[in-house]
Amino acid sequence: MQVLPTKVDRTSEDFQANRKAMTEKLAEFEALQAQARMGGGQKYIDRHRARGKLLVRERIELLLDADSPFLELSTLAAWGTDKNLGANAVTGIGVISGVECVISANDPTSQAGSSNRYSLAKTLRAQDIARENRLPLVNLVESGGADLPDQAEVFITGGKWFRNLTQLSRLGIPTIALVFGNSTAGGAYVPAMCDYSVMVKERAKVFLGGPPLVKMATGEESTDEELGGAEMHSRVSGLSDYFAQDEHDALRMGREIVAHLNWRKEGYGPTHSPNQPVHDPDDLLGIIPQDLRTPFDMLEVLARTLDGSRFEEYKAVYGTSMITGWGSIHGFAIGVIANQQGVIFSEEAQKATEFIQLCNRYDTPLLFVHNTTGYMVGKAYEQRGIIKDGAKMINAVANSGVPHLVVMAGVSYGAGNYGMSGKSYNPRFVFGWPNHKVAVMGPKQLAGVMSIIARQSADEQGREFDVDADDQRRALIEAQIGHEEQAYYSSARIRDDGLIDPRDTRTVLGIALSAVHSGEVKGSSDFGVFRM
Amino acid sequence: MIRKVLVANRGEIARRIFRTCRAMGIATVAVFSEPDRHAPFVSDADEAYALNGVAAAETYLLIEAMVAAARATGADAVHPGYGFLAENAGLAEAVIAAGLTWIGPTPRAIAAMGSKLESKRLVAAAGVPVLPSVDLTSIEGERLRAAALVIGYPVLVKASAGGGGKGMRIVRSSEDLEVAVAGARREAGSAFGDDTVFLERYLDSPRHIEVQIFGDHHGNLVALFERECSIQRRHQKIIEEAPSPALDEATRQQMSEAAVTTARTVAYEGAGTVEFLFQEGEFFFLEMNTRLQVEHPVTEEITGLDLVRLQLLVAQGEALPEAVLAPDMVGHAIEARLYAEDPRHDFLPVTGKLAGFEVPDLPGIRVESGVENGSEISLFYDPMIAKVVAWAETRAEAASLLAAALQRARLHGLITNRDLLVRILRHPEFLAGQIDTHFLERHSPVELGAPLPDQTEVRLAAVAAALAAQADRRLRTPLLGSIPSGWRNSPSQLQEATFETEYGLVTVGYRFEARGGITVGIDGAALEGARLVHLSPERVGLAAGRHLRWFTVARMGSIHHVDGPAGYVRLVEQPRFPAAPVEEEKGSLHSPMPGKVIKVMVNEGQEVAEGEVLLVMEAMKMEHTLRAPHGGVVRAIRAAAGDQVEADQVLVVVEG
Repeated sequence: MQVLPTKVDRTSEDFQANRKAMTEKLAEFEALQAQARMGGGQKYIDRHRARGKLLVRERIELLLDADSPFLELSTLAAWGTDKNLGANAVTGIGVISGVECVISANDPTSQAGSSNRYSLAKTLRAQDIARENRLPLVNLVESGGADLPDQAEVFITGGKWFRNLTQLSRLGIPTIALVFGNSTAGGAYVPAMCDYSVMVKERAKVFLGGPPLVKMATGEESTDEELGGAEMHSRVSGLSDYFAQDEHDALRMGREIVAHLNWRKEGYGPTHSPNQPVHDPDDLLGIIPQDLRTPFDMLEVLARTLDGSRFEEYKAVYGTSMITGWGSIHGFAIGVIANQQGVIFSEEAQKATEFIQLCNRYDTPLLFVHNTTGYMVGKAYEQRGIIKDGAKMINAVANSGVPHLVVMAGVSYGAGNYGMSGKSYNPRFVFGWPNHKVAVMGPKQLAGVMSIIARQSADEQGREFDVDADDQRRALIEAQIGHEEQAYYSSARIRDDGLIDPRDTRTVLGIALSAVHSGEVKGSSDFGVFRM
Repeated sequence: MIRKVLVANRGEIARRIFRTCRAMGIATVAVFSEPDRHAPFVSDADEAYALNGVAAAETYLLIEAMVAAARATGADAVHPGYGFLAENAGLAEAVIAAGLTWIGPTPRAIAAMGSKLESKRLVAAAGVPVLPSVDLTSIEGERLRAAALVIGYPVLVKASAGGGGKGMRIVRSSEDLEVAVAGARREAGSAFGDDTVFLERYLDSPRHIEVQIFGDHHGNLVALFERECSIQRRHQKIIEEAPSPALDEATRQQMSEAAVTTARTVAYEGAGTVEFLFQEGEFFFLEMNTRLQVEHPVTEEITGLDLVRLQLLVAQGEALPEAVLAPDMVGHAIEARLYAEDPRHDFLPVTGKLAGFEVPDLPGIRVESGVENGSEISLFYDPMIAKVVAWAETRAEAASLLAAALQRARLHGLITNRDLLVRILRHPEFLAGQIDTHFLERHSPVELGAPLPDQTEVRLAAVAAALAAQADRRLRTPLLGSIPSGWRNSPSQLQEATFETEYGLVTVGYRFEARGGITVGIDGAALEGARLVHLSPERVGLAAGRHLRWFTVARMGSIHHVDGPAGYVRLVEQPRFPAAPVEEEKGSLHSPMPGKVIKVMVNEGQEVAEGEVLLVMEAMKMEHTLRAPHGGVVRAIRAAAGDQVEADQVLVVVEG
């Protein structure tokens, strides 16, 4: 396979300027992640520690195999909302007793680990990842329950939580609950719906109604321990399968449960040499333009992401606004579809459609790298059937059977997002660089389109068009779309699986691909009717 | 001509003899007990013969078995080595009676020198100085004072039937003499039923100096210079050297002559050693050893002779070569005996597996060892691991070289006396030649035996151990092995490993930074300027600022063996999930080492006083007593006489 060359000039002004801008962006991103790691803040961390409890990330670190990687998902959930950054939960993929698992943990220092709409979305997404990729799910439970002021947004959807758990069980995907503290009312069903439950002595509290509620309902006097203590559930009710002496003991038991699962991955696994790219991933900071309207060379990105910078390009000189071809990441074979010039023409759509079918034929997972302004518009393109070609591509993407991984690298506008297996096409994983943008179209275009429509409407009604008001409206709309198209905005709403440092792309995709291979990796030969 | 030699011994001395035999084209036969079945000396020999037993008494101490083994294997000569039957005239006689060649002195010489009293009388008659002594039976008052004056103060009052220090007194002036003698008599009378005591000259700071002699059937008898073996523990030599720093040429000459005179009294043939006590220019005959000595290599190193070869030549009836009869010595040699023992706990022998063993192959260093990587140091025999010998032009250089070789030796899996030996070899008194047999009474073995690396070095060793173990885990992982170690997209804490060390628990934290470099914390404090120059499961190049150190790391379960620039560091990794502590009955008393229970002195329910002996056990040829640490009632006895027990096993529970 060819080793990709590079044309990057590290001394160029553009490179230096891009690097500076991206470094600043990443510092901002890392500061946000650091804030999220603080959960509910120092005061609550101190209080939690004073109770002799481990922090959520300390629990996770102890649960994981020493020195194994951990990919935390949706780190910036609830960004820019009135909820705590991180949404009171930590989710991710890590290795426990030699088995890749999804970990879903409450952060009790953050609003008592309660579930708001973002926490729920984050948790449900972790369950989806467990199901789609056939990964055992380990829940670290200590939560005050639903965020009651947010009940309208969480109550109805929240039922899925328990439905998912039992459906995972049905699929033979192990579910484990380690209960460190409160898990009451609805939360009581988490250990109950899991295959295994471990409860920590004098800490776990699992009941439908606490002493005050019981008193109100029946007049019965009771204590927390009698209603839902670990010892009661271990010795009397049988809801707890393992009686842990303390938190460490519970984590040890969790590791032992995973160890006895006799887990075997069903994917065919890595088939290539996982050597490092020849070109330094650090260059990505200077390659990614400050202004995403400037196109950038995706081959330079691939040269810093793929094993040994090796890439075999398919139809290199046809439909050149899109790159297709084969490579591998950490040994896992992938087919790559990457936007090269933003716009998708008929040739690009046809080329992608063929390529998706080829990858399905040989069970090769697909990696989509987004930097698209959408499908080409205009008389000539419409008349040549751009819609039909776009439809072919969407048909192929939607019905493809191999796992899809998505990297939001630049912009992702319009139907291009769909054609490139955007979030709504159920890719296994979507990761974004902190500078990426996603919207139906760019803020300027959108504001411009709205302005043109308003002017047409005024003309039709014979009204005088208020230019000043239009300017103001345009500015407002531009600002709104500018805010909403930000990576943080969609990541906050779990429209991806998290933002990542571009230099980590290869590592993140390697972990994701390995996770994908926990389940069977198989292509589809069934597609919708292709419009010819 | 000797064609095939059977060595009636084991371990390093057997290997030593085989080596010379091989060089002379002589075939070799080993004999071995059950526990020695896989010992290196057995595979070193051309042939080996099983002794089908375990304890020394049923194997290496059986004369008939040795002769039978020689017959069965067709050996035509027997070498006894040292220890076991080496000074047993019975073996010599049996070998000779069987028509085989005995590689050693005549049975008569062995027997004559075998008795301490007899030999002393014999050599004194020949004019060799012995420690003056007087039998005090019915000697009192003025005559007693006169006797003491003849001997010279200080004097030692000693019980004839003696032993264990009972009835023993040191007297430094005549005023104390009568009281001391009366007291000694009383004590001897009640302890041994015999109140006979005698006076002997007492030496305050004696040096142990011995002369190597060699004789042949042709009447040649030569002294091959002296060895000084004053550094001793429990009356056993641990550091020996040649020549002695205490002797001038004239004294050397006198001692050599005295040694030759001693040997001539029994018409000595072969290798022998005449031991003297030496103090301020005076020397006194102690005893003669009618065999090759453990410390013979230092003589070989300064003379360039192969003493085993000479033994074989003499046994064949040849005359000693001219070069031996006019010996020359060059430079200085020092030997250190490496033992599996704990100098900080009364030199208690240690048993177990020697997981790693390698002495650096430095010019001037010679290693005599019966063990290799993976050998078991059992409780059946002497726990010596090796003799390490250094030769150099000067004594100071030899001491420096030997200390360095010992410090850098790989010695994993067992507690050893290595650090004690290194500290002695670097001790100002040792270097000044100011040594005597009380050296380890003046200088605490607890301090000398403490690990060489200081707290800083131990902590850095812990960092190296954590990182090497990390590298090992990453190499062996079947999953995500090519992903950077401990990678996090949102890192919250360092990877951690906690070790039990000489200085308490040490927690090492580390993180391989995604953009290169490493962050290291030791007990929560950052290691400034931490940088890795090299990292593999076995070797770590760790820099702290501009200071780079290299560590070699080996692991056996939770034990990490780290060899660094300051020496060896043993670390015990603590489990990530500590098990709930097993509640042990209060007052539980443990066996100090593996061994056999000889006698249980108490019964359950019995009241005992503090210090009372509860149980006697035997281990490594020594008796150990288990005493009540406090007064109380014996709650439980967990062992019976004859039981083989493990180290740290609960034997008796005494409720206080």
